[in-house]
Amino acid sequence: MSEIKNIKNLKEFSTSADRFEGANLLCPGCAHSIIVREVLNATNDDLILSASTGCLEVCTAVYPYTSWDASWIHIGFENGSTAVAGAETMYKALKKKGRLKQPERTPKFVSFAGDGASYDIGFQWISGCMERGHNMMHIVLDNEVYANTGGQRSSSTPIGSSATTSPEGKKSYGEKRNKKDMMAIMAAHGIPYAAQVSPNKWKDMVKKIQHGFSVDGPVFINAVSPCTTEWKFDPKDTMNIADLATDSLVFPLYEIIDGRELNITYRPKNIVPVEEYLAAQGRFKHLFKDEYKYLIKEWQDRVDEKWAYLQRREEARI
Amino acid sequence: MAFDKMELQKIEVWDGNRAAAQALRQAQVDVVAAYPITPSTPIVEGYAKFLADGYIEGEFAMVESEHAAMSACIGAAAAGGRVATATSSQGLALMAETLYQASGMRLPIILNLVNRALASPLNVNGDHSDMYMIRDSGWIQFDAFCPQESYDLNLIAFKVAEDHDIRLPAIVNQDGFMTSHTAQGVHTLSDDMAYEFVGEYQPMNDMLDFEHPVTHGVQTEEDWHFEHKARQHNDLMTKVMPKIQEVFADFEKLTGRKYNPVEKYDMDDADVCVVCMGSSVETAREVATEMRAKGVKAGVVGLRVIRPFPFFEIAEALKGVKAIAALDRSSPNGAAGMLFNEIAGALFNTDTKALMSGYIYGLGGRDLTKAHLVALFNELQANADAGKVTTQLQQFIGVRGPKLAFL
Repeated sequence: MSEIKNIKNLKEFSTSADRFEGANLLCPGCAHSIIVREVLNATNDDLILSASTGCLEVCTAVYPYTSWDASWIHIGFENGSTAVAGAETMYKALKKKGRLKQPERTPKFVSFAGDGASYDIGFQWISGCMERGHNMMHIVLDNEVYANTGGQRSSSTPIGSSATTSPEGKKSYGEKRNKKDMMAIMAAHGIPYAAQVSPNKWKDMVKKIQHGFSVDGPVFINAVSPCTTEWKFDPKDTMNIADLATDSLVFPLYEIIDGRELNITYRPKNIVPVEEYLAAQGRFKHLFKDEYKYLIKEWQDRVDEKWAYLQRREEARI
Repeated sequence: MAFDKMELQKIEVWDGNRAAAQALRQAQVDVVAAYPITPSTPIVEGYAKFLADGYIEGEFAMVESEHAAMSACIGAAAAGGRVATATSSQGLALMAETLYQASGMRLPIILNLVNRALASPLNVNGDHSDMYMIRDSGWIQFDAFCPQESYDLNLIAFKVAEDHDIRLPAIVNQDGFMTSHTAQGVHTLSDDMAYEFVGEYQPMNDMLDFEHPVTHGVQTEEDWHFEHKARQHNDLMTKVMPKIQEVFADFEKLTGRKYNPVEKYDMDDADVCVVCMGSSVETAREVATEMRAKGVKAGVVGLRVIRPFPFFEIAEALKGVKAIAALDRSSPNGAAGMLFNEIAGALFNTDTKALMSGYIYGLGGRDLTKAHLVALFNELQANADAGKVTTQLQQFIGVRGPKLAFL
């Protein structure tokens, strides 16, 4: 077992030796790069990484350049998880055969994918990786939309959001379906660890990533990734939006151990009304018209209900 | 070594699938990631059982689809080790996307493709529509006509594909059921001889070399994409065939079994000839011999290497022939058959002005009988005698109903 990296403060954390370079093509204010750096900086161990096709992939490995100072692979849209699972399988084979070049080193296997590549097109591949027990971590950079292709709805897009394939209009308030509960589905695989994280709560994130690296078996992480382009907010406000997401409990931070035991890891001192979270983003602007205000009420009710459910689950220890 | 060697008889009775599985065992494949599909399944079941019995040291990942199977093979190969799998038909169709990715990423994966028809209608039997579907995918493609060749070509494929000058994935084709499930005597190599021939895997750009991180599967647009594709094509056109010839020669030295990119049978003085693939080659050879006894100078050309297409070798094999039949076991669905077109192209600027006709046969496992081939050779002889093609250019044989002929 490798040693867990001791991180004292944000300054030290943010200036750790970067294996993900700032030289990339992501939008200014994109949360993807913040999350990726937080994940990578949580460990000193060697990393074998993948990205599924999406913003992170197209912006970080454009030949002849790469932003990655760790081994990295991209195959397609749906199979980034399986790419890493394949590498992990080879690691086990070569370890058994005594053919590793640096046998004393214990790499961590991590796949990054957007919500489109995880909730939708890559769903089956991720499920397979979780079920087979690969020693790997799958991290969803969840911006609730197909951002790389220009803002189409995914099964992570929340109700009332205006996406290009579920646009608001004279006769529509936008997306009609509720966001898929990916955490519950992944936890139902009985994996040792599943957690929801947010880039603004970096200590919580580091703790969870480090715990994920310390367990034996597949780990699922859902990271909220505010998207300046598709959520329509000023690039300087990424962390403010993330704060609103966690403090309104739209994105509650919790973990599920062995598919059963649920722990809430962050309880906001002052819970922000969901309305404030929605009001800060252009994608929900139309909800503030008189005829759609009932949706904001429904949003709040849904968030309250989920929060109550999470607390009951936590209390019940089942 | 933490695995047991297997004592093989000099000649084992194996079907094509067993022969392929034994070759994967002897090559000590590090990772097999696979998904079951008829008729290829026994190959990966074989690997799993060898692993369970301690005859292999490696990992078997039984994944949730063929797309995932090839995806995991790509990840495993990029990590830096020997990788193989098997599939057929719909499985190949599902993994089609990843086949292009594997070859574009220059990862020497070996895929046993047990040829089977593509739906719809659903059909589990042998034809070459799966083989044809991915012929532009950048994989080297070998074709085994019988179980012996399934065994031999698997060993050969690793040695070609993994060479650092080549670094391209390779497919070993064999006919579903006719080869994959038909047991024949197979001359074996000892485990030591086979492994020594294939050689230890030499990693290159391996992700698991932590001192040298590597980025696999990049993005290139109009600025670089063309150069990457052109380089891959260049290697297929200039480097692969010489390497195959070299490995064929090494294999002959070791076993006495001689392989050629184009397998000629009675072609030295042939007037008429059939060009085909798979188990049909053996049937055609038998009929050609019988036609010779009847005074028809018949010959057979079988394609051992499909990609890179043996353009010059096939022109050389067909030199001086008067009438040629290209047998395609895949419906071209609106065109001449692949073999017809490729051969016509190979002969076009040569002095061989042979009369060419094409035949579509055996779809969905329909038998190609000796009677079919006798009639076919007679048509070719009639063409040669008349100095022109006496039938339509494309005919379907062995299909019910009124005669189907086109072009």
